[in-house]
Parts: sequence; C-alpha cells; structure tokens
Amino acid sequence: MADGSTVPVQVLGSGRVADRRAGGMRRFARRRSTIAFMLALPLILLIAGLVIYPAIYAMWLSTLNRKMTAFIGLANFRFLLHRDTFQLVVFQSCLFAITAVIFKALIGFVLAHLMHNISGPSQRIWRGLLLVPWVIPLALSTLTWWWMFDPSYSSLNWILNQLGFASVPWLGVGWIARFCTILVNVWYGTPFFMIMYLAALKSVPEQLYEAASIDGASALQKLRFVTLPMMRNIISITVLFSLIVTFGDFDIVRILTNGGPLDMTQIFATYAFQVGIQSGDIPLGAAVSLFMVPILAVGAYFILRGVTRRSAEIGA
Amino acid sequence: MSATTVGGAAPRPRLANRKTHRKWALWGSYTALTVFVIGFLTPPFYTIMTSLKTSAEIGAEKGNPWYAHHPTLENFWWLITYPAFRRYYLNSVIVTVLVVAISMVISVLAAFSLARMGFRGSKTLATGVFLTYLIPQSLLFIPLFQIIGWLGLINSFWCLVLIYPTLAVPFCTWIMIGYFSSIPKELDEAALIDGAGYLQMLWRIFIPVAMPGIIAATIFAFTVSWGNFIYPLAYLYTSSQEVLTVGIISDLIRGDVFEWGKIMAANLLASAPPIIIYAFLMDYYIAGLTAGATKG
Repeated sequence: MADGSTVPVQVLGSGRVADRRAGGMRRFARRRSTIAFMLALPLILLIAGLVIYPAIYAMWLSTLNRKMTAFIGLANFRFLLHRDTFQLVVFQSCLFAITAVIFKALIGFVLAHLMHNISGPSQRIWRGLLLVPWVIPLALSTLTWWWMFDPSYSSLNWILNQLGFASVPWLGVGWIARFCTILVNVWYGTPFFMIMYLAALKSVPEQLYEAASIDGASALQKLRFVTLPMMRNIISITVLFSLIVTFGDFDIVRILTNGGPLDMTQIFATYAFQVGIQSGDIPLGAAVSLFMVPILAVGAYFILRGVTRRSAEIGA
Repeated sequence: MSATTVGGAAPRPRLANRKTHRKWALWGSYTALTVFVIGFLTPPFYTIMTSLKTSAEIGAEKGNPWYAHHPTLENFWWLITYPAFRRYYLNSVIVTVLVVAISMVISVLAAFSLARMGFRGSKTLATGVFLTYLIPQSLLFIPLFQIIGWLGLINSFWCLVLIYPTLAVPFCTWIMIGYFSSIPKELDEAALIDGAGYLQMLWRIFIPVAMPGIIAATIFAFTVSWGNFIYPLAYLYTSSQEVLTVGIISDLIRGDVFEWGKIMAANLLASAPPIIIYAFLMDYYIAGLTAGATKG
C-alpha cells in the first residue's frame, strides 16, 4: 500500500504494452501478497510472542539454577530423573492419558453408533443431553465430582450403602484416586469423541452398507470392513488429538486430589505447577513440563500427517 | 435401487424378521442411551440438588443426599448479593468479551489471508498455526509467568486478556480457513473486477457467507476463555482481580470449611452462560468442529 504511488511511474516507464501488462500483473501480485502478509501479521506476532518465544524461553529457563543466577546445563533434568516422585509422575501421566483416551474412544464409538441408530428430530435432544458434561467448564464440574467423592458425606457412598456395599475411600487411596481422576476425564471427554464419530458415521455413504448387505455381510462384518476403514482417518486424528490434550490436563487432578495421596495422582502439569509456581523453583518447573515435549512431538507428527492432506486440499 | 430388488426377491417372512430386528435395535439403542444419559447427567443433577439445600441440611449428613428435602434459593440470593462474587462474574465477562473480540479479529484476518490471498510461506504458516494449538498450556504457563512478570501484569486480569487469545486463535483460524476456502473463487474475482478492495471483499462477501464458521469460532473462543483454570490460578492472587473458575474455589473454600450449597450454586451460575449459548448454537459449533475432520 505504501508503494502505491510508485506504480504509475514504473508502468509508464516500460515501453511496450505487453511489458506493461506483465509488469502490472507482477505488481498486482506483489501488492496482493504484501496485503496478505499484513493481514496475517497479528497472528504471526501473537504466536511468535506468546507461544514460540515462551516455548524457547522455557528451554533456556530449565538450564538455570533455582535462583536463576547461574547456568547449570542439564542438571535439572538429571535431578528429576533420579527422583522417585518424578518417576511416579511420568508413569501416572502416561497411565492417565492412555487409559482415559482408550475409554473415551470406546464409549464415544458406542455412543455414536447408538445415536446413529436413532435418526430424526429426537437425535438432537439426545445429543444435547449427552453433550452437557463437555459444555460445563471442566474446573467447575470437577468441583461437583469432588463433592460427590467427599470423604465424610459422599453421595456415591450413600448409593453403595443403600445397595449393601461398604463405603469406598474415593480420593484417599492411591489406586482408587487414580481411577477417580480417569473417570472424571472420561466423563468430560467422551461427548467430544461421540460428536466426531457421529459426524464420521454420517459421512459414510449408505450405498456401501447396502452393497455389503447384498453380499450377505453380518453387522460385525459391516463394522469391520465398511465402518472402520471409512472412519480410520477421523478415529486416528481424534485419538491423537485427545491424547495430547489429556496429557497436558491440569484441572481435574489439581482440584480432585492436588496430586495426593502421597503423589500417587501427580501428573506433569500439576507437578510442574507445584514445583514451579508454588515452591518457586521456576527452572525446575520448566524442566518438568519440558519432559512432555518428546511425547507431544510424536503425537503432533502423526496428526500433522493426517492434516497435511487437508492443507493440500486448501492449496488446490 | 438394488435394495428394492433384493426386497422383492426375498421371501416375506425374512422381511418381517428384519423389520422386528430393526425395531428391537431401536429400542435397544434407546435403552442404552437412557442409561448413558443418566450416568452423564448425575453430576449436574447433584449440583442442582445441592445448590437448593441449606447449610444446615448439608451439615446434618443424614438421609438421601440426592434430594433437597427443603429446597430453598437462599444460596443463590446470598451469591447475588455478595460483592466479591459479582466482581468475579464481572471480571470473567470483561475478559471473555475482550478475548473473543481480539481472537476473532486476528483469526478472521489471518484466515482470509491464508485461505485466499497467500504469500511466501503462507502454507507453512497455516500448518504451523495448527501445530501451535497442540502446545499445551501446561507447557507454557511457567515461561509465561516470567514474561507476565516483566510486563508487570502479575495479579491483574489484563494478563488473561493478553494470554487467552493464544488458546483461541489457532483453532479459530483453522476453522475459518476451512470455511473461507469452501467459498467459490469466482465470487472474489467478480468482486475484484467490480473494484472492491480486499478488506471490502472480506467484509461484504466472506464474513456474511462464512457466518456459520464465525459463530463456531466465536463459541470456541468463548469456551476457552470462560472456562480456563490454570492461568488465573497461576497469575492472580487478590479477590478483586479473580475470575469465576478460580474465584469460586479460593473464596468459598476457606481452610477446612466447605460451604457446598454456595459452591454448587456458584457453580451453576458460572456454568449458565456456556450452557445457554450451547443450547441455542450447538449445531453451528458441531458443524464447525467436525467439518475439518470429516473432510480430510
């Protein structure tokens, strides 16, 4: 835009008409890409300043000592690897993310099929009801779960007692507390899988099922040879995507157990928060969260492979 | 077509058999869905029931906890007249409105540029934007703590206005790229020939046509900024700056005293805006969310 005034001069300067037109086109293209760049600039600045820069800065931070006065290389990472608590954190983060995603994917798949069976206007109502867990802000719904798991007056224990079972110390015993955090995550995340899978199911052409019926395929065979191959792409993207998000989860563990009992539910995000913000050892906290990077990178690589196909579509 | 010929050729009893089979499958689906809905809605139901109880009823720890024996609205009334809670609500609203506006401006402009105009490296940028969405907050909150400290924004809700767009913009841009690139190219050529500038074209043609996408992206931006928990927890300390998600926890839980009736009432009041928005605009949101994935 700024060089707009120079356009006529240059165009007049060239002699032949064809030349002029080619120059004009080139100018037009260059101006177009300048404007395009200007329009994308806020995005570039935002991401460079508040995502890329902090990510790189985290790497630098993690090589400093506690008071951030001296460079200590990889000592923070070495320290963490030898700590029992951190080994627990790695194990629990993987357990939490993988178990939760498997259950979310399975239940979401079943729900999507059930929803697909009932068509018509009632489907919207059912879908709306099932989406409620996903709509309520997670930090708030986790509060309700906490109240349901309350040690002195758990409403879940009341039901168990009515049915003749003993009370369960929901958040008081390590493995049960782990189960509870996973349960809340599954409750929250399943609706997302359901709507993704339902959209995928709807996009499978009906003729494929008709053809399979004619060939005498059973319901299971249809699932195995028609539905799953057609949904493969969306299943893998949803699973990888959710794996990354679940892996970085903070709210549930922080509110339900705050890492306890005995650090048996501590995961990367909550441990980094405890070490970095609460204990004030920012470099060590940064080191904790950087341990997530390899796992995230593998996930991101595979997601990207699925997504580039779509980028190519946009370019076309 | 093929289905009708098969139907005609098949003997009658088999057809009837298939019909009853379908009917059973339908009833089976309804039954299973009912079980799931009951399971999924148990916590929200319990939230409502608890919010209607008095502290005395909760403190008694007797009888059926799933039912409010003497329902009362006093928890809600207490919250509405409690200045700190009103402050959290107002802060949440201010932050969310600003973040949604900023995020939508940034992502609509960028998506238009990336989907339609293009420049050197714009395709790489489009992919890069998507990748940044995969960098979790739990990785960034520690370095951002330092950066916000430099900017002097620790313990001020303005730091949320600065940071939240990083959560919303990548995905909003991604949704908008999808919608913009589905608009036929002839439309903008015609506009260019008519002498419209790029911004005019964006405003007059792209935004109206891609309205469903705009709604979906707006809802997404709203959701992340209304419900975020880790950033306010890490950066805000005083009650006057707090937003709802953290304010409810830090204010209504004092030491070992849990005022569950008030906490659950606050929970409901804070969940109301997202629930209302989704109730009306859910279809747009789901379409925006699934459009990208099913196309690929």
